[in-house]
This record gives sequence, structure tokens and C-alpha cells, in this order.
Amino acid sequence: MNAFMGFVVKEFKQIYRDTRTLVVLFGMPIIMLTLFGFAIRNEVSNAKIGVLDLSKDEVTRELIQKLSVSKAFELNAYLDNYDQIEEVFKQGEIKEVVVFENNFANKLVKEGKADVQVITDATDPNLANIVQSYTGAIIRDYVQEINDNGVAVKAGIQPSVQMMYNPELKSVNLFVPGLIAVILMLISALMTSISITREKEMGNMEILLVSPLKPHYIIIGKVIPYLLLSVVNVITILVLAKFIFNVPFNGSYGFFFFESILFIVTALALGVFISSVAQNQQTAMMASLAGLLLPTVLLSGFIFPVESMPLPLQVVSNIIPAKWFLIIVRSIMLKGSGLLFLWKETLILAFIALAFIALSLKKFKVRLQ
Amino acid sequence: MASAVHISQVSKSFGAVKALRNISFEVNEGELFGFVGPDGAGKTTLFRILTTLLIPDSGEAKVLGMDVIEDYKKIRPQLGYMPGRFSLYQDLSVEENMKFFASVFGTTIEQNYELVKPIYHMLEPFKNRLAGQLSGGMKQKLALSCALIHKPKLLLLDEPTTGVDAVSRKEFWEMLRMLKEEGITIVVSTPYMDEAKLCDRVALIDKSEILQIDSPGNLTKAFTKALYGIKHPDKYRLINVLKDYEFADSVHPFGEFIHYTDRRGSIDESGLNEYLDSKGLTEANIQSIEPDIEDLFMSLMQPEELHV
Amino acid sequence: MSELAISAKGLTRIFGDFTAVDHIDLDVKKGEIFGFLGANGAGKTTAMKMLTGLLSPSSGEAKVSGFDVYTEAEKIKKRIGYMSQKFSLYDDLTPEENIRFYGGVYGLNDRELKDKKDELISSVGLEQFRNKQVGSLPLGWKQKLAFAISIIHDPKIVFLDEPTGGVDPVTRRQFWERIYEVADSGITVFVTTHYMDEAEYCDRVSIMVDGRIDAIDSPSGLKSSFNASSIEEVFISLARSAERGDG
Repeated sequence: MNAFMGFVVKEFKQIYRDTRTLVVLFGMPIIMLTLFGFAIRNEVSNAKIGVLDLSKDEVTRELIQKLSVSKAFELNAYLDNYDQIEEVFKQGEIKEVVVFENNFANKLVKEGKADVQVITDATDPNLANIVQSYTGAIIRDYVQEINDNGVAVKAGIQPSVQMMYNPELKSVNLFVPGLIAVILMLISALMTSISITREKEMGNMEILLVSPLKPHYIIIGKVIPYLLLSVVNVITILVLAKFIFNVPFNGSYGFFFFESILFIVTALALGVFISSVAQNQQTAMMASLAGLLLPTVLLSGFIFPVESMPLPLQVVSNIIPAKWFLIIVRSIMLKGSGLLFLWKETLILAFIALAFIALSLKKFKVRLQ
Repeated sequence: MASAVHISQVSKSFGAVKALRNISFEVNEGELFGFVGPDGAGKTTLFRILTTLLIPDSGEAKVLGMDVIEDYKKIRPQLGYMPGRFSLYQDLSVEENMKFFASVFGTTIEQNYELVKPIYHMLEPFKNRLAGQLSGGMKQKLALSCALIHKPKLLLLDEPTTGVDAVSRKEFWEMLRMLKEEGITIVVSTPYMDEAKLCDRVALIDKSEILQIDSPGNLTKAFTKALYGIKHPDKYRLINVLKDYEFADSVHPFGEFIHYTDRRGSIDESGLNEYLDSKGLTEANIQSIEPDIEDLFMSLMQPEELHV
Repeated sequence: MSELAISAKGLTRIFGDFTAVDHIDLDVKKGEIFGFLGANGAGKTTAMKMLTGLLSPSSGEAKVSGFDVYTEAEKIKKRIGYMSQKFSLYDDLTPEENIRFYGGVYGLNDRELKDKKDELISSVGLEQFRNKQVGSLPLGWKQKLAFAISIIHDPKIVFLDEPTGGVDPVTRRQFWERIYEVADSGITVFVTTHYMDEAEYCDRVSIMVDGRIDAIDSPSGLKSSFNASSIEEVFISLARSAERGDG
């Protein structure tokens, strides 16, 4: 046990002395969260829109008013006819034109139905989508309002979509769980695999193997410091998310840390596995980045929803630990769910963790090749 | 005398590359045994088999009386090992490296201080310096101290003196002598031929095969040809002229001399002198000399051939 | 035209509070084989870096092939060749490809390259292996090829940093015969080594201790002035007095 403690102490000293590693370890979460939190947002603010109001009645006026006060939009052009639409799109400033049909208010009251045409510049499809759904939401809101106020007879349109749990559609709320996954994967898997292959490259692994230190102690000794550092990182991200970005946290912290540690252990096992295959630090780094980080970013649902992937990728995504971790963390943070609702995902994640631990223990050699 | 290492008919290949071919040797307890040969001869593979880190393809390998495959767990704690590219933890200090290896081997610096003291005391003035900032000679002393910290029965040193200057090398061999006096069996490898004479017994190794095993004294006796040392200020011309001599057998520059053997065996020095005079190399100094282990090595080894 | 390939006076390099090279004076004649010896950490590498134009001296002066190391480093680089054990050839390229690459680096044109390529491959004896990857060659052959490539541009001076480390004794001697041949053709050879017998092959030798050059003479001159039977004895008696043990 003494030997083991000596090992962990040495590991901490080395991490502590390696300034570059330290910068990566603690700088990365902060930089990434800031990047995703401020720069890379899915929500839209101040998108320039135009209006073509063929009706010019009180309802359309009120709707236009609603659109123009929304933070998402900046009403920039009042058009007179259809021909102008293409013209404003070509100029490039205007991203969306809302067209109210003739006799809008009358139709709404009499027929319970009126047509709004929403035309968007889809050269940026993402933006177009978001702008369109915002507009839809504002109009539905309005319709509900007039229904509730009994101003009009109960109109045929019932607002069917409601943004729950993340009513402002704030993307940072969704990114934080994803970021936690990415950062944990990076630190736990990448750092462990690099630090174990470094021992190999320097020839120190030969000595350690020949020493009475049991091989699994070498692994655990390598892994424990990164486990602790990862937990510190989770806390850092949570604090930043809560106090700077006002991301809600509705669930239990204990449960959240339990799931985080489960995910960290999976990532560490993957790191150990990579290091047992890779002969040098570069290979370990490439393997970790291409083999772990990319799937974590691309296939976990962090950026692209799993549901919209082609079927084969959806199947593959099931073995990506980050996918399950994301589902769990999003649920805990935004919905406040507990084990009762998340036992299935937790079980899957635990199973993946065990599988990778078994695999990496089996792959770890007591001899050289 | 009991044998500390017993290797019989051991071969090892990596893919198509034969690293060791039918190697056999014994190392007696308390012996200082050297492997001398160039890079790529198979020394490192051999050391990894001795340290139980590699399994031989065929043959029998016993270390401290135990089998390297079955009893590796019992063998390992009794070994002190310095791998060739071993560079310690550069970012830990001298003392931290020592403490770390002591703890890994389940001991403390104090417990075995007597054994490492003569070596470690040279490092103590620098004990707070990071290992990465030590010179080659000092690093090597630290590595040796770390390998000794648990008082191993068998010390395995793979090319400890490579790239180290002549002074540090000399000091290192003095330390090995001293450890031998303490009763530790030492197996050491080196590419420097001149270090062979510092061992009790030497195995000359080249291209995956052992060329010869014997004490340094007996090894040079195996060189049976008459050897001449020839000296002239214009060394380059001397080499070329000697190579053109019709009776020349081998011509090798050797320090200030050219080592020369003749196809006729022993020769009449005046005949050679006349030949050299005729080529304008007057006043060449020719003397009969004792062969060196390097002379033997060169006579035994096959020149590096290229295989298509 | 001066008769000196390298001349240095009071050449010094300081890193922080550490004087790596401490006022060295050095004259290397044209066509000479000059052995540059020293203990680990004596400052050899730093001195070589200054002479090859890779590192600016802190003070002192030095001319290499007639050019000033402070102001004409680029001209120096064109006129020197360099080979070391650590950095030599690309293992995953063939001898031909290595030659073409380094020839290109030194500005040889296509015709020169074509001539040189065949000449060089046959001088090393690699005709049958011109299309094999260098990584598959034995160490000694690699070193011979690396040496041949380092003089592909007919430099005035070639710097060899431990060219024979780990090479077998026969190949080591073949390598030295090549060095003699090259020196005979008028190229100055500046070489470092840890093999003390190789010091005897040099025309003149300097021994560096603690950043200073403590001795510089022909091997026989050194032996007689130190009353020693070999250069190794001279080296050990000088380097034993070394006080610093840096890396």
C-alpha cells in the first residue's frame, strides 16, 4: 500500500510540475465553456426581418408589434408587394419576410383561420429554421392570448408546441452537459493514455513492471490523479455554468456526481486501453482525439441530435458512452430527474464502463511485446 | 558455483527479424558478466528476456534458478534493472526519484543506504535538482542508485555507458567493481569494446549470435594470428598502401597504429618495410603487438551484409 | 583567402547565469581532421551550434570558412555539412529519395542531382538498395549514407557529431576511412566522439572541460606534453578536474 501511495504522490508531482498539462487541464474547461456559452449560440438575437402586410388591420398590426419587440428580431423593412421579397433577400441583410394575407383579421374571426406566410432565406438553413420556429411561436402565443381574453370566438388554431424545461431555448443549457462530457473524455482518456505511454517511451515502464508493484496498482495509480482532477473540473464547469450563464440545476448534486464518476471511470478505462495498444505518445494522442473525442462531439447528440442521424449512425451512437451520459445529465440538470427515471441509461452506462475496464485490464500486459 | 543465469538455446524473432539465434550461456553467482557488441546485435532483446519482460520463442531461460515464464513474479522483485533508454523521471528531483523507486520496491532509502551510499553520496549535493538537469554521467549514477535501492541479487544493466564520456564511464566501471565485491551478480552490456576487459567474463555478440564467451585474458588468446602495429604520420596513405600489399590479410586503424595481419602468418618486418619505403612511406614503425579484444571481435564478426 | 577553415577567439555563450562556453580559442586548418572532445556537459554541443550558425555567441568572435558567425550565418550554412547520430536520414524514404531531398535542400539543380545521386549511391555501395527504405538498412550503412549526403553539396567544412556511436568496430573503421578520403579531397572535418581511439585518427584534437578548451594539439603532442600513453589518459586527467555536472 505504501508503494501505491508513493506512486500516486509521484503522479501528482509530475502533473503539478508540467505547466502545459496544467494549463490544458484547467484552462480548457474555462475556455470551452466561454466559447460555447458566448460565441457559439443556437439562439438568435436581432435577426433582421421584413414584413409584407397586405391586410393592415389591427390584428396584423399587433402581431407586427409583437415581432418587433421580440429580442430575436429587428424589424427592418416594410414591403409593399411580393416582388420586393426577392430583392431584399438578395441584398442579404433580411433573413425572413412575414406575409399577412388580405383581410387577415376578418378571416381569423369569421373562419377561425388566417394565413401567415413565413419566407426565410435558407442559405443558412440552421438560422432559417430557428427564425422560422421563433416566428411560429410568437404567432401562436398571440393566438392563444386572444383566445384567452375572449376577444375573438374560440379560434380553430390551438397552439400545440410548447418549449418546456428550456423555455428560452437557451443553447448554453444544452451545451453544458455536452461540454462536461467532452472535457471529461479529453482529460480522463487523453491525459491517462498519454501519461502511461510516456512511461513506456522513457523506459520507465520496464522498471515498474519488473518491480514488485502489482500491475493493476500501476494502472490505478495512474488513474486516480486524473479521476480527482476530473471531479475538480466538473465542479468548475458547474460553478461557471450556474453563476455566469445562469444554467439551471434542478436535480440532485449527489446523483449528478455519481453519474459523472461513472462516466469518468469509463473514460479512464478507455485511456488505459488506448495506452496498452499505442507505443508512443503521438499515437496515443491521435487515437484519443480521433477515436474518442470526435465520436463524443459528433455522435453523442451534443451538437447533432441522435434522432436526425442516419440509422447506422444511430446504432453506433449506442456504444458511445457520452450519448447516455448526455441524456442523464440533461435530465438531471434541466428536469431534475432521479434514478427512478434514469435507471435504464445509468445501467447501460455502467455496463459500458465495466466492459471497458475488463477490456483494458485484459489488454494491459505484464510483459513487453 | 551456483549459476545466477542459465540460458540454453534461446531464440527470439520479431516478425521476420531474428533478434536472437540459439543463444546459450551461464552467469555464475557473484560474477561480473559482460555482453559486448554493436547496436542491433540483440543485446536489448536478451536483457528483456532476462528481466522476464519478453518470452523467448524457444529454448530455456532460468534466472536465479527460476524459469522466466512460469516464475516471473518471483524473479522480478530480486532484480535490479537499468534499461537502455531508461531516463528516470526528468521532472522529479534526484531525491524524489530515489524515494519513488524505494517505495515502489517496498523499501526506504535509509534501509539500504549502506549499499547505495558510495554512489549516492556523489549525488547528494544535487539532491534537489531535477533529474532532467543532470549530466549524462550523473543521470547514470542516479539510475544505478535507483536500481540498487532494494538490494537486488542480480543487477541487469543494458548499455549503461552508451553516450557517456570516458571519465564517467571509468567511474561507472569502478562502481560496478565495488558492487561485485558486495556479492551482487552483474550482467552488463556495452557497445564499447574497451570495456570488455573490465568484466570477469565476456560474451561477444553480433547479429543475433554469440561469437565467443570467455574471460578477457583467454579471449585475446583466441586471436592466433601474428599482429603488427604500424605507425606513420601519413595514416591515410599508410592504410591504402597496406591494403594494396599483396600479402595483406587485415588492415585496421587502431588508435595511433594500423593493426596489420599478414596472409603468410608471421612475417619478416624488413620485407614489409621495404615495400612501404618503395611506396614513399619511409620511416614507418613496425612492431609486433598483443591483440586486443576488439581485434578478436573484428576477426570473428561477419561484415554487415545487406539482404535484398 | 585565409588558410583557416575555422577561427574562433574568446567565443563565449552564456545562458542566464550559466556560462556554457567560456572564452574558447580555436583554429582549424583547411583540410584538417579536427577532433572536438569533451566530457558530457562540457559545452561541446553549444560550441558546435555557434560554429554552425544555429546559435548566436554572447561574446567573442568566430569565422567559419571566412564568414562571420554573427552576421553571415546564412552564408556559413551553405558552406558546411552537418551530420549527427540523432538526426540523420528519413527512415521511411529510400536512399534515392533522401538524396533528392537533401540535394534539394542544398540547392542542387536537377542535372547535378542526377550525377550526384549515382556517384553517391555507388560510393556507399548501395546500388541494390536504392529503392529500399532507409529504415531497413543496418545502422552502419545508414551512417555511411548520412555522411555521404552531408557532403552532397561539396561543403568546405563538415561537422560530424558522434557519427559512429553504437556502430560495430569494422564499420566504424570503414567510416573513418571515408573521413580520411573526404579530408584528402580538401574538405575540413570537425568531429566529436566518445571513442578515445578515434581521437588518435585526428590530425589535431581539442579537449573541452567546463566550457573551456584546456588542451589543443596533435594527438602525439598531447600525449607527450601530458606524459601519457594514450589520449584516453590525457582526457581522463583533464576531465577529472571538471567541476560542473550539467546536462
